[in-house]
Formats: sequence, C-alpha cells, structure tokens
Amino acid sequence: MNFLEIIGPVMVGPSSSHTLGAMRISRFVYKMIGQVPKQVDFLLHGSFAKTFKGHGTDRALLAGIMGLRYDDERIKDSYLLAKKIGLNYFFTVTDLGNVHPNTVKIKIQTDKNQHEVEGCSIGGGAIKITKIDDVECNLSWHYDTLIIVNKDEPGALSRILSGIRTNIANLYLRRINLLQAKALTIIELDSPVENFQELSKLSPVLEYYFVPKDDFL
Amino acid sequence: MNFSELIELEHKLGQPLHEVILLSQMMEDGSDPIELRNKTRIFLRTMLEISEKNFAKSQKTLTGLCGDNAFLFGQYRPQMMGEFNYIATVAALSISEANASMGKIVACPTAGSCGIVPAMAYALRKVKNIPEESLVDGLIVAGAIGTCIAQKVSISGAVAGCQAEIGTATAMASSMAVYSLSKNSTKVSHAAALSLKSLMGLVCDPVGGFVEVPCVKRNAVAVNIAIATAEMALSGIESVIPFDEVVQAMSRVGGLLAEELRETGMGGIASTKTAISLMEKIRGELL
Repeated sequence: MNFLEIIGPVMVGPSSSHTLGAMRISRFVYKMIGQVPKQVDFLLHGSFAKTFKGHGTDRALLAGIMGLRYDDERIKDSYLLAKKIGLNYFFTVTDLGNVHPNTVKIKIQTDKNQHEVEGCSIGGGAIKITKIDDVECNLSWHYDTLIIVNKDEPGALSRILSGIRTNIANLYLRRINLLQAKALTIIELDSPVENFQELSKLSPVLEYYFVPKDDFL
Repeated sequence: MNFSELIELEHKLGQPLHEVILLSQMMEDGSDPIELRNKTRIFLRTMLEISEKNFAKSQKTLTGLCGDNAFLFGQYRPQMMGEFNYIATVAALSISEANASMGKIVACPTAGSCGIVPAMAYALRKVKNIPEESLVDGLIVAGAIGTCIAQKVSISGAVAGCQAEIGTATAMASSMAVYSLSKNSTKVSHAAALSLKSLMGLVCDPVGGFVEVPCVKRNAVAVNIAIATAEMALSGIESVIPFDEVVQAMSRVGGLLAEELRETGMGGIASTKTAISLMEKIRGELL
C-alpha cells in the first residue's frame, strides 16, 4: 500500500465510496466511449439507490459521464452542466440482484451505438467494473483496458492477441450475440501499448475501445 | 508495516524518519521518493488552500443537517480555548462542512474524517508559522501512521467503526504535529497510540447514513484530541501500550462492533427518535 493513498486523494465530498467511487465508474464509461453520450441511464442499486441525493452520488455520476476531473468543484452543479450541453439523463432506483450494495448500471447511447457498464464502489474511491455489455469481468481500472467487440469466429482471439504487443494481465471473453456472431473481449494490459490502432486493421475486430488507466491520486 | 520497524530502520540507517518512510515505500513498490514528496506537498498545499477558502464560512450542505457550525464558531470568542485549538477547531468544522457541501477536500484518510489533518496543518502553519517543508515531513510520517492502521485494521467506518476513520485521522494529525515540531519518532508513536486509545471503540453512526451528523462536529472535537495527545507526547508522556499493539487491539474491537454501529445508519445516534423523525422529514427532498 502506498502512503499517498492514505493522505489523499483530492476529491469532492462528501464520501469517497458514494461520491468519488461513483464518479470513477461513470468516468470509466466516458473514457471508454471517448465522448459525452447523447443519453445516459443510471440504474442505482442498494445503498446507491437509498442515499444517492444526500451523498451527491447522482451529481458525481453525471459529472463522471461528462468527463469532469475528480476535484472539479463544478461536480456540485453537474445537473446545470448537463442541461447546458444537452445531455439526456435518467436516474432509476432498481434492484440489480445479488451485487455489492454500492452498484450502478450505466446505459449509454451515442450516435453510433449503445453500451451497458455495471460497476461497484468498494470503498476509499476504489471501484470494480463488473460487467460490460453483459460480459462479466472484474476490472479495478489499475490497468489500461482494451475492450473489443469482435466477430465470434474461429481464430479471432488469437489474431487479436497477436496484434497486441504487450503483456496481458487479465483477459475476459464472451459471446454477446449468437445471431450476429459477435463476442466481446476485455483485456487488462500490464504495460503501455502504442500500437492498438492496428487492431482496426484486423478483420475480426468490429469495434474497439481503449480506456487508459486514470490516476486519481 | 509496523511502526516500530520503521523506527528501528531509522536508527540503523541514521536517516530521519520521513526519509526512511520514503525509502521503504520505494523498496515496496518502486515509487520515486522525489515524486512521493512532491505529491505530498501538493496534498498539503491543497489542504491549506481549502482551509483558508472555507474558514468560518456558512455552507449549504446536501441534507441541510449542518452547514452553519463553522460560521457560528468563527463568530465566537472562546473563553477557555487557546488560539491554536480555536483556529484548528474552526478549520476542522469548515473543512468538514465543505465536504458535506460537495466542496473540494483532501480525503485524509477518508472524506468523512477529512477535517482533522488539514485543520492541524492549517493551525501549525497559521499560528505556529511552521515552514512548509517541515509540514511535508510531518505529513509523510502521518501517512505512515495511517498506512500501519489501514493495513492491520481498516480506515473504513463500515469495516471497523468510526475509530478507524476519525481515530486514524486523529492519530495522523497528532503524529504530524509531533514530528513537525520535534522530529522525534518515538514521541510520534506515543502520540499516535494515545490518540487511538482515546477514540477506541468509537462507533460509526451517521444520521440517515449521511456524512453530516455527527461527522462534522466529531472532526472538530477530534482535532482537539490530536492537539492534546501531541502536547502530552511532546512533554515526554509515554503510552504504556506501544502503538503497534494498540492498533492490534483496535482491530479486535472493530471485529466486535455490531454491524449497526458500522456506517449502516441504523445504530448509535442514527437510531434515536430525533434522527428517525429528521430523516422522515427530509426523505421527500432526497429521493
């Protein structure tokens, strides 16, 4: 453990798990799609659902999806900011099942596509991304993360993996649509990767998203 | 990490404790000591800025359960407190209320306990005029004290009660003061032990589950405990039970605390008649 984790981070209150952690989950989604979505639905579960206004969880989630930094004092005014840039947002209290009490499912829509990311805030600002488009994973966001929608065909994975010249820390893979023969591959990278643009040249790759790790300390 | 091991290392290497901490962090995860120090300095400066900016201000908090405590105390001329405690207390109220109002804070070690270390830093700078670099040294030592607790127990109220949040922050603030004023690491460990002993068993019982009641006032009281234990340690008073053993005891106490008393908003003052009726009143506005 690094002692800087104890003396920081600089953040916006009131709670590292309800505010900072929530914001990190939605900022992961912002970094993933690389833009502010047109529309976002936040499905709040457990204590996120019970206390989201008193903890500013709603404003933190909105701030994260708009790409604000963790210590930006405009987080407080994120409803106004969202209105200003024309972001459509919805908060829904729901039951996501047997998951961590501080869990949110974020559904976003951009001009081109839609995605669903589920994550939980596990304390001290630490998070786990637990599902991306129904593929279960366990991402701490301590690594650069690569998310690839690819054709579900023989040899697809090995072609993708040989296209990445770096160490791979963790790998998650699942078929997401049988009819369209699509699969989702999530890769946590051990070291920086520069050539991921080459992925677009690989025939099995349909879409890819690179989420650089986001230092909050 | 045992704090006694760090003190041993300090004697063995003949380097000041804050340097030993930076070195051992480098050995552990390869961090660059210069970068660690710079980052610590940024945290310190942010703490001081936040204290200055919010000092004695009336603030609008998310639930409205607090927000004018810093203002009230700022208007008041204390009859028993000295200047140092007074400034630290106003600062702790101000920072905690800024936290409850979604203002910028340094979570040292957590958001709920963010008033204590910065308030101590602010009073040391403002009243005692301690140089910035001494405060950076002190903050590094405070970080090590906090890390010892985080690794053996937790710094989360949900895991080990408020003793793990306010208790840890108080031990950190007390050690920071002692180290900045004396550079004496043995006295630091006594100050930290005395603080933890004073707050052992403290339950985490926020009304409605929100970081406002009793968190804000508890931060302000705790900085005074940090000042008292720092003064005692500086005078040569020792904790009979060494710091590392107090941490172990605290861990066992955390395990014995009922779940209601660990940040669930169900036990302690959160379960009082007034707390329940307050929550019924504001629930409509919050959902």
